[in-house]
Amino acid sequence: MDALELELTVPLRSFALELTLAAGAETVALVGPSGAGKTTLLRTVAGLVRPVRGRVVCSGQVWFDGASGVDLRPEERSAGFVFQEYALFPHLSVERNVAFGGRQDGLLDRLGIAHLAKARPADLSGGERQRVALARALARAPKVLLLDEPMAALDPHTRGTVRAELHQLLRELELPTLLVTHDFEDACSLADRVGVLVDGRLRQLGTPDELLAAPADAFVASFAGGNVLRGHVRGLTPDRALTEVTLEDGTLVYSTDQGTGEVALVVYPWAVSVGREAPPDSALNHVHGEIASLVTVGNRVRARVGPLTAELTAASVRRLGLQVGERVVASFKATATRLL
Amino acid sequence: MSLKTSAIAHLAVLLVGTPAAYVLARRRFPGRGLVLTLIELPLVLPPAVAGIALLAAFGRYQLLGGTLSALGITVGFTQLAVILAVAFVESPFYLRGAVAAFETVDGTLLDAARTLGAAPARVFFRIALPLAAGGLGAASALALARGLGEFGATIIFAGSLQGVTQTLPLAIYAQFEQDFDLALAIGALFVVLGAALLLFLKLVPGWTRSSSSSPFRFAPSRSS
Repeated sequence: MDALELELTVPLRSFALELTLAAGAETVALVGPSGAGKTTLLRTVAGLVRPVRGRVVCSGQVWFDGASGVDLRPEERSAGFVFQEYALFPHLSVERNVAFGGRQDGLLDRLGIAHLAKARPADLSGGERQRVALARALARAPKVLLLDEPMAALDPHTRGTVRAELHQLLRELELPTLLVTHDFEDACSLADRVGVLVDGRLRQLGTPDELLAAPADAFVASFAGGNVLRGHVRGLTPDRALTEVTLEDGTLVYSTDQGTGEVALVVYPWAVSVGREAPPDSALNHVHGEIASLVTVGNRVRARVGPLTAELTAASVRRLGLQVGERVVASFKATATRLL
Repeated sequence: MSLKTSAIAHLAVLLVGTPAAYVLARRRFPGRGLVLTLIELPLVLPPAVAGIALLAAFGRYQLLGGTLSALGITVGFTQLAVILAVAFVESPFYLRGAVAAFETVDGTLLDAARTLGAAPARVFFRIALPLAAGGLGAASALALARGLGEFGATIIFAGSLQGVTQTLPLAIYAQFEQDFDLALAIGALFVVLGAALLLFLKLVPGWTRSSSSSPFRFAPSRSS
């Protein structure tokens, strides 16, 4: 039996959140554009939003059942909620914030915030606030953990560390955890399974690897960071091994995937290489264009070439002396493409 | 006399008005606009009209007065009338400020408290009340000042019986033809009281910032 079972219909402004989800003692990340209903989902589990129908069952206890009229109040559900921006009580010290939720034995120590016990939330850094919010949510000894954009309020350079710490904590807790984020990378690094929520519907739910390897549609692919190129299938190569796709700009590319008619061709940035001329290697596909931008992200550089984003190492960019505005060739193998 | 009736009226307004303002600030229900308008009505009414209205409602042979006098309670021209008149006139000042104060409290904090296992009453006392304390204090001080100076409704509804229903403002009115110096002295008292209240208002942000977990000095319903 799964620890958390959801089956919900919640009307939102222009669509309804309709979703069925079961989670064991694992972290399920929900990603998707803003307004997709992610936060509403968490609020519904916590009892802050009432669904029109459906069921919420946690560890065998029915929290909501539209059919039988069961609807536990938020304070009766044992859900640990970490809100976006953390919602710490500004007039209470760290210690009292955590104690508001229940017993705090060792929680401050465990989360490394014991030295901040007397501090006010306003005096804490983003990472510290996140830990206080986690400690407060855990003080209730919750049966399910709900995290709403836990990384959004952090500055980029603390994100990496905080993410690693959070990942470690979630693994130790072994609680069913729903984590909402708009960042696919956060989702993949923190969660066992990732669900893509668009307009209130779950487009795809799977492990990060499954989502990357076989995105259900163009949206999931682009959300996962893939290049999505529109085109239509011209036919097969004479040996019938590859599909020929004409892109919108007329470029002909090849894919090992099958498809017909209008298609979306997906290729991930890390599968795209950039050079001054087409390399004499196994890559079949070449897109010529100017470098529109070079953005450094950590130790990687994301280069925009025509419709493609390529992920390169900073060392390669230096070695090739790539500059914005230069004409280059972006190449990728036919095996690195997916047709959707 | 004036201080006692003002204090009782003020306490009544705080006791009833604070939870009412919280509900009005937090809940959206049909008729909310109407309720808010009714609350503000005494603001735009001339105090004399308020006095007439109260007299019409509570007068011995009137709507509520009849029932009350059947129970042996007379309202008109007693201290109870003064209290009612003062409460009636000052309540919108407090309620408006209190609703605004509760509206500034981030609703997410209240939601967070609920998910942490706090029932609505605990959320109110531990989170909403302390966080709205600054605004509530300011509203309370304004309302108190308005209540102390109440004249029109009181003289019509409660009369100006010396030692019974004669409040300070009524005393000024009564004295200024006979003993101008005494009227002046009472007036001076008001200036001092008003200045003290204004000074208090200026200090309010200071003590809410530095306050501990229970900064709400007016807390009418706290047992501690």
